[in-house]
Amino acid sequence: MYETEIFRSGFDSSGIHVWGWEIAVYLFLGGMTAGLMIIAPLLSRRVPEERQSRALRLLPFAAPVLLSLGMLALLLDLEFELHVFRFYTALRITSPMSWGAWILLLIYPATLGLGSARLSAEETLSLVSRWPRLSPAFSSVLSWTRRNVEALERLNVILGVALGAYTGILLGTLAARALWSSMWLAPLFLISGFSAGAAATMLLPTTSEERDQLRRWDVMAMAAEIGALAIFFIDLASDGGERGRAAAALFFGGPYTAFFWAVVVIAGLGMPMALETIESRRHVNAAVLAPVLLLIGGLALRWIFVLAGQAAV
Amino acid sequence: MRFNLSRKRYAMAVDTRKCVGCSACVIACKEENALPLASFRSWIETETRGRFPDLAMEIRSERCEQCTDAACVANCPTGASYYAKGGVVLVDRSLCTGCKACVASCPYGARSIHPDGYADKCTFCLHRVDKGLKPACVAACPTQSLAFGDINDSGSDIAKVLRTRQWKQIDTEAGTKPNLYFLI
Repeated sequence: MYETEIFRSGFDSSGIHVWGWEIAVYLFLGGMTAGLMIIAPLLSRRVPEERQSRALRLLPFAAPVLLSLGMLALLLDLEFELHVFRFYTALRITSPMSWGAWILLLIYPATLGLGSARLSAEETLSLVSRWPRLSPAFSSVLSWTRRNVEALERLNVILGVALGAYTGILLGTLAARALWSSMWLAPLFLISGFSAGAAATMLLPTTSEERDQLRRWDVMAMAAEIGALAIFFIDLASDGGERGRAAAALFFGGPYTAFFWAVVVIAGLGMPMALETIESRRHVNAAVLAPVLLLIGGLALRWIFVLAGQAAV
Repeated sequence: MRFNLSRKRYAMAVDTRKCVGCSACVIACKEENALPLASFRSWIETETRGRFPDLAMEIRSERCEQCTDAACVANCPTGASYYAKGGVVLVDRSLCTGCKACVASCPYGARSIHPDGYADKCTFCLHRVDKGLKPACVAACPTQSLAFGDINDSGSDIAKVLRTRQWKQIDTEAGTKPNLYFLI
């Protein structure tokens, strides 16, 4: 038998483990934001305006809140936080992190613009009366967003897809890590982000008509996510060479097997998919269990990929 | 007088037949560059093949490969990582946010984070090379197993040794075009 053992001196091996919970949380919240940006315009086209819940109408405002939390996690990960402005003194096309930073910046005006276009008359009035001095500027912004609401909806969907895919591409270009260097991470994280966005919306006080539609989309998204996961691992094991097979083995018998199958696949995908299918068929009112499981599964997926990607160098 | 029309391309060769893994290069580097506690820019890799008692061992003094298509430079979001003179990859501390994309992208594990919050790596001792000196590791090696120089200059130490010896490169499947050569 032929064996190879490599011993490396000097370097503290913990220095190689570079990204922790901050990146996992950021990828999760970023994906959820992306999902909300896609769902808000699509769902409000499906449900006639007079039947829409307040939660759906104001859903675009949830995106910047979640994204800001995610960006806070990202900031905490930086080793030199004061230099964060350096992301905006450069645009490097070869670095997904660079164009991602710029996408994040575009999301604020896009989501706030769409949200403001959907404010009711009373909501507008209460905002204006709170800051009377700003009311001329505010009403001119509102009249512009109301005139361009369809363009804003399209922009939200486009930026949402870009954000969701970017969370996967961010890891995908790091060719040094066998588990990450796959372009299948982009669709996988995009679909999972859509699912997380649907789950978050279902937890809000929406109508049963809205939740029915969300469940139908979500079941399809979960089926697609299971497919994307399967393709990801098949691609990794068949096309990723020796290192790819070693990385795939982490999930099939290796140290991440139990956590991945129990939390990500069964609790985070299989169970909510079964629950939502039953809820759709039987027209029972949705429980919070399925969306909560989905959110846990979505976070667990990012977490395990961030950790395992660094275990398989 | 020799005329060299091609661009400077600094590279280093490590003689795996002479290297005994004494770590003099590692310590010389640490001292020259005043590296903080537990921080290194070079290291010794010992590769053992076979099964006892039929063993073969290769000792390599390693550092940043100063790749021609460096993943760290491509993945740097702020332009802090850049190609300096002779293709050497350097970090501009005033631009570095410590996002660690470069550390994550390096196939050789050659980067680390300095306690002051920026990405740290081997510079091929450009500050010494500019004065006509050899990099600290090359100067310190007691078995003279390290050769450094401009690979495009046929009279350089590195060009001579690569012409006369068999060599290999490691982890080339990462596609970054490394510039460390291991004499075998």
